[in-house]
Amino acid sequence: MIPAEQIRPESASPMPPTALYSLFELRASYVSGSAMSRERRRGVGGRAQSKDTGGTTHVSGETGSVTTAEPTKETRSEEDLDVPWQIVVHNDPVNLMSYVTMVFQRVFGYPREKAERHMLEVHHQGRSILWAGMREPAELYVQQLHGYLLLATLEKVS
Amino acid sequence: MEICRHNDQIEISELDPFLAELLRQIPASASPDGLPAAEQRLFSSPTNGKEPELCAEWKIYVEPELRRLFQSATETVAADLEQLNGNEKSLANRTLRIPATHTDAWLSALNQARLVIAAKNNFTDSELSDHFRSPIGSRRDLSLFQINFYGFLQEFILRDLDG
Repeated sequence: MIPAEQIRPESASPMPPTALYSLFELRASYVSGSAMSRERRRGVGGRAQSKDTGGTTHVSGETGSVTTAEPTKETRSEEDLDVPWQIVVHNDPVNLMSYVTMVFQRVFGYPREKAERHMLEVHHQGRSILWAGMREPAELYVQQLHGYLLLATLEKVS
Repeated sequence: MEICRHNDQIEISELDPFLAELLRQIPASASPDGLPAAEQRLFSSPTNGKEPELCAEWKIYVEPELRRLFQSATETVAADLEQLNGNEKSLANRTLRIPATHTDAWLSALNQARLVIAAKNNFTDSELSDHFRSPIGSRRDLSLFQINFYGFLQEFILRDLDG
């Protein structure tokens, strides 16, 4: 990550303070977008995750009889879902340090100090674990982080 | 070039033709089309290649949303940049006004452009740490200057958001 102070030209004029605006709205819109995909991907309300593979219908040309194969379902076990996952953010040399801090504040609601701690950990150690918990919210967080163009991955907690 | 905040917009004035041209190039520079390395960076794997089922679902359901998100940001920026295409003399300095409601789109588009340019040129960490390289020289020098200039704008917007 790039320290902000290194790229500020000396001619940069200082900004007057402005009201904090739109953070909540923007954050909400990202969550909303994620939730929409969630419904398509998972269905809502279910504890176990399942995926329809679709049924197939065959018509016999000779007899005219119709046979329908039952759709199969792949279901992930409760055990699979209960495994805790962690969100790891990886260092990249392009994103600004101040930008990464802002993203951590927005996505996780972390106070600035905590967000900066994680940002510095990413910068110095190459990665930082930002959050751990159930898979579904973890996926949503990673989706938001990717929306902000951060290198973020999900890992099972070993 | 001067940047300041005027009411509900950020004003970039005294933009010389060179910097104005760099700004005009943001939308095109942000496109990863035809650049596999850039595509891979903008749409990175959610699991570092592990969990193939999750990666496959991600490609189907999440990537299109991310594409729409990124495209929407560059379209907003492209519309703002229309201000630079006035009837003034081509060598005259320009002024660009960015509405406060567009700052997130600008942050995203600038970031996309920086990441795509970096991936396209395969810049090393050492080159990316060289924030004062002159744009005069090779095409590579110009690309690095572009990354740094866009980073400066991002930094200004971030400070503005921070109040």
